Amino acid sequence: MRKLNGVHVAHHKNTQDTASIPLPLPKLVRIPMSMHIGAPCMPIVKPKDTVQVGQKIGDTDAAMAVPIHSGVSGTVKAITTYRMSNGRTCPMVEIETDGNQTVSSAVTPPKITDKASFIQSIRESGLVGMGGASFPAHIKLSPKQSIDTLAINAAECEPYITSDCRQMIEAPEEVIDGICQVLHWLHIPKAVVGVEANKPEAIRLLTEKAASHPEITIQTLPTVYPQGAEKVLIYHTLGRTVMEGQLPADQGVIVMNVSSVAFISRYLKTGMPMVQRMLTVDGDAIGKPCNVVVPVGTPVEDVLTFVQCDMERVKKLLYGGPMMGISIPDPKDPVLKANNAILALEKFESPKASACIHCSRCVHACPLRLMPPEIAKAFRQKDAAALDKLKVGLCMNCGCCTYACPAKRPVAENNQLAKAYYMSQKKR
Amino acid sequence: MASILTISPSPHVRSGMTTQKIMGLVILALVPSIAAATIIFGLRALLLVLFCAIVSALTEFVCQKLMKKEVTISDGSAVLTGVLLALNLPATLPLWEAAIGCIFAVAIVKQLFGGLGCNFANPAITGRIFLLLSCASDMTTWVKPFAYQDLSYGGVFTTTDNLTDAVSGATPLVSRDASLLDLFLGNVGGSMGETSALALLIGGIFLLIVGIITWHTPVAYLGTLAVLELFYVLGTGGEMTDVVYALLSGGVILGAFFMATDYVTTPTTGLGKLIFGIGCGILTFVICEFASMPEGCSFSILLMNLLTPYIDKLTRTKPFGARLEEKEAKHNG
Repeated sequence: MRKLNGVHVAHHKNTQDTASIPLPLPKLVRIPMSMHIGAPCMPIVKPKDTVQVGQKIGDTDAAMAVPIHSGVSGTVKAITTYRMSNGRTCPMVEIETDGNQTVSSAVTPPKITDKASFIQSIRESGLVGMGGASFPAHIKLSPKQSIDTLAINAAECEPYITSDCRQMIEAPEEVIDGICQVLHWLHIPKAVVGVEANKPEAIRLLTEKAASHPEITIQTLPTVYPQGAEKVLIYHTLGRTVMEGQLPADQGVIVMNVSSVAFISRYLKTGMPMVQRMLTVDGDAIGKPCNVVVPVGTPVEDVLTFVQCDMERVKKLLYGGPMMGISIPDPKDPVLKANNAILALEKFESPKASACIHCSRCVHACPLRLMPPEIAKAFRQKDAAALDKLKVGLCMNCGCCTYACPAKRPVAENNQLAKAYYMSQKKR
Repeated sequence: MASILTISPSPHVRSGMTTQKIMGLVILALVPSIAAATIIFGLRALLLVLFCAIVSALTEFVCQKLMKKEVTISDGSAVLTGVLLALNLPATLPLWEAAIGCIFAVAIVKQLFGGLGCNFANPAITGRIFLLLSCASDMTTWVKPFAYQDLSYGGVFTTTDNLTDAVSGATPLVSRDASLLDLFLGNVGGSMGETSALALLIGGIFLLIVGIITWHTPVAYLGTLAVLELFYVLGTGGEMTDVVYALLSGGVILGAFFMATDYVTTPTTGLGKLIFGIGCGILTFVICEFASMPEGCSFSILLMNLLTPYIDKLTRTKPFGARLEEKEAKHNG
């Protein structure tokens, strides 16, 4: 089997061997009502209300959504508006903490008797894909297709990020238990965990813990970005090709992030919903790179202060890794559920693009074998039929092409613009 | 907090490879050939290389100024064109003729078509063919190796006028009077950069190792030519050494490693590059053996340059997980 292409990016896994640290409780948290793909929630608390840890503060009737809970105890200060990275806005609940962290009486282990109650409790937990995609987990876990394999994404192929790795090292038993729970309640016969080879300790621990579970396979993946892309992971672990327009479920696979299954294990034991998470804080502007455990909604600046970030020097702040991460416009913005890292970059220069020399590095870097120069040409000519033939719709914005481009052209960005244009034409 | 945070789309890191670095590495790979040319043909060879590089860069500068475009000579592509063109010239070519070649290559072939990345033909190759057709006599006057040592003034400023005794009328490809070892080392008459196969191979292998070029084109080109020559020799009852002769002389190695691998004017995919190389091999063979031209390398690459857009169209990659179009599916089914 020919492996899919990708690029070799410097790993910068500086925080891989350092134990995670809980962040001191912030004075204020800002919890947006949309931290998932789908309909935003509406706040079910109002200013001056008292809230407790684990209390639900936002919900909606929409199917494609998960409820939002508070990770702190305190008083609702205000309901404000949060501008999301896609430019849309949603309500945001601002809570002043009281420092007591009183746990809500609603936090009790869920009673699960069958598949339906399992899915329902996953919805109530507020879980979204923790790897960054923020897809509601209960939707992913209830496909119409029959599923034969649960693929666990533990590739963590983005540079810097080690929060999944620390989860596997600090609590491998949670990972294995979470996998077993999902396999059991959804009647899936087997699971495969894909881990990049640059995490030997995690691979060793998981292999050890999985020894008594023949249904779970731990598979080492090559350290080539983007191993963690869903289609790449499925192809490299199971040899299955998720075709154009298909979901993994069409190939009998559900893909879940490793931290997500570990959360399921914790949730089923304690009933504590998704109110905090581990994330990596790194980048050349950070004095003390590490993994921190923070309540969801903690302002990014509080996290940065804790890790001795010299705010004066920061040129760029990112949610996530340097390959697919999203620029943070304001350090007061909150940590989100799917936010696995915050990067603060000091040596960032926007490179100047020059003419394409047709070196074909982008074509060879693309894991999905797309041809960005041809896409660019078709897009310049606004030729939707040609874009269709070139399969621009497959582009997942992994960034390999832009990374590889010697002319420093915004190749992936252009692919995305071409894709948006193509989609708009297709709808007509 | 710094006053302004940069907001830009991902990815936020870039590889260290730049256009400038690529051009620099190719020029570096040509250094052995430049050195060999200087040893074999004297300092005038070095002078000609530097002259062509400077004239090419100046031409690009003037063109971009005239067209009110951004001046991009720092990317090194014009310098590379100059160096490549120089290595395709006999060491004795008058400087003004070399200058015309450079101006033609950079101004007409490259800048008039839109500059770097937009030219459909290789500027150096086209410049060489232009000179071959317009200054045929000077371009095919091959000075004998080490002839400069017989001249009292070191050979720096000599032209063919001063060198009548030192000139042989034909390349070894026509006369076939050099030993294979001489051909390999470059101890023969010919264009400056073409003579030493050894120096070219050092540069070519360097480019392969640092990943600037892929194996497809050189292997397909040289392989096709070798196979065709082999059949030709078998068919006409010639000597086996003729096959090696054909590979080592006439600039084929320079073409296969440095010209037919030019990014802009050759196909994108591995398969496309193979087709391109095979095409070059066939055309070179036909021109060398059946046309009156002793040297088919430049013409073959130019002709294949013209086919590149079509080869590209035929050799597109199949995206991962893409469904075949209905028409194709029916056709194939």
